[in-house]
Amino acid sequence: MDALNQFAELQLDVLKEVGNIGAGHAATALSKLLGKPIDMQVPQVNLLPFEQIAESVGGSEQVVLAVFFRVVGDAPGNMFFILPLESAKRLLRSLAGIEMQEGTELTEMAVSALSEIGNILAGSYLASLADLTLLQLSPTVPSLAIDMAGAILSYGLIQFGQMGDRAMLIDTTLFAGEDDVEVEGHFFFIPDPESFHRLFAALGVPPQ
Amino acid sequence: MTRDMCVKVGMADMNVSSGTGILKTTGLGSCVGVVLYDAKTKVAGMAHVMLPSSEIAREGRLNTAKYADTAIPELIARMTELGASVHRMEAKLAGGAQMFAFAANSDSMRIGPRNVDSCREVLERYSIPVKAEDTGGHHGRTIEFYCATGVMLVRSVQRGVKEI
Repeated sequence: MDALNQFAELQLDVLKEVGNIGAGHAATALSKLLGKPIDMQVPQVNLLPFEQIAESVGGSEQVVLAVFFRVVGDAPGNMFFILPLESAKRLLRSLAGIEMQEGTELTEMAVSALSEIGNILAGSYLASLADLTLLQLSPTVPSLAIDMAGAILSYGLIQFGQMGDRAMLIDTTLFAGEDDVEVEGHFFFIPDPESFHRLFAALGVPPQ
Repeated sequence: MTRDMCVKVGMADMNVSSGTGILKTTGLGSCVGVVLYDAKTKVAGMAHVMLPSSEIAREGRLNTAKYADTAIPELIARMTELGASVHRMEAKLAGGAQMFAFAANSDSMRIGPRNVDSCREVLERYSIPVKAEDTGGHHGRTIEFYCATGVMLVRSVQRGVKEI
């Protein structure tokens, strides 16, 4: 893990660019699906203590909807597409005409629609990253959960757990809708610790 | 219950309390919340265990709270310092869920059940009985343990609050 503590400015910039390009393509895909403009924040690339990872989506106990993918290929990792529940409901309504009921039980139809949306977005994130790096990267079948953010995200930290108490993640936030409150979504890309040097090598960043 | 001290336990973290203290940890997914309690001295300890065994650790300075096999002995030691006796200790467990049902084929994704198994094994080594548990399933949990009564509240999104 110590190696990760010493990421140089240049390497952090490259990881930001990874988030920018990946989430940028995902935002374009979402914009086409919704027929609405999408705003994207500058990606946050941080080595965060496990405790803080859930903060950007409202804290460990915040209930969120998450679509989880394992990224397989040359630079494996974990990817989450996370939506606050209200955003998930709006997304379902405007894309599939599905009204989500009160509470958190999802119909089969809603699960299938959200998984497919997640699939399209993660697919475009990874495809653009694969184009850029010439690495082989693809998502596994998505799985979906509605639960506490902490419980969900900790799942993506297991690989880091063996090496320390912090994880490096690339967090990009998307906003859809004119008033920026309609749909908010987060992409978390958490490359496995071993994947960083492959990403850097593929992008021509010299090893330290 | 007005001014009871609530001690927060983070992920891969542990803490001890006693008297009217409350130990709390949030967002347990595949992680396991292990609580040890000595009812006579009202001393309790809680660990938010993330991984089953420190054998796989590749970190320089080991965080003992993170692994089942190191967290439980450390809890026992810290509680003993506060006057608890390992012979009177009882355990309560919560968590160890498999958050994403479809991802069960990969070994690292079965981490929840493996965490629970490992906790049970280590507890058995110290002859500490598991008095109650709420483990497994596919949902996250937040737990609060009350040192005064030995009651543990387990909260989850879909099932509300449960007392064990």
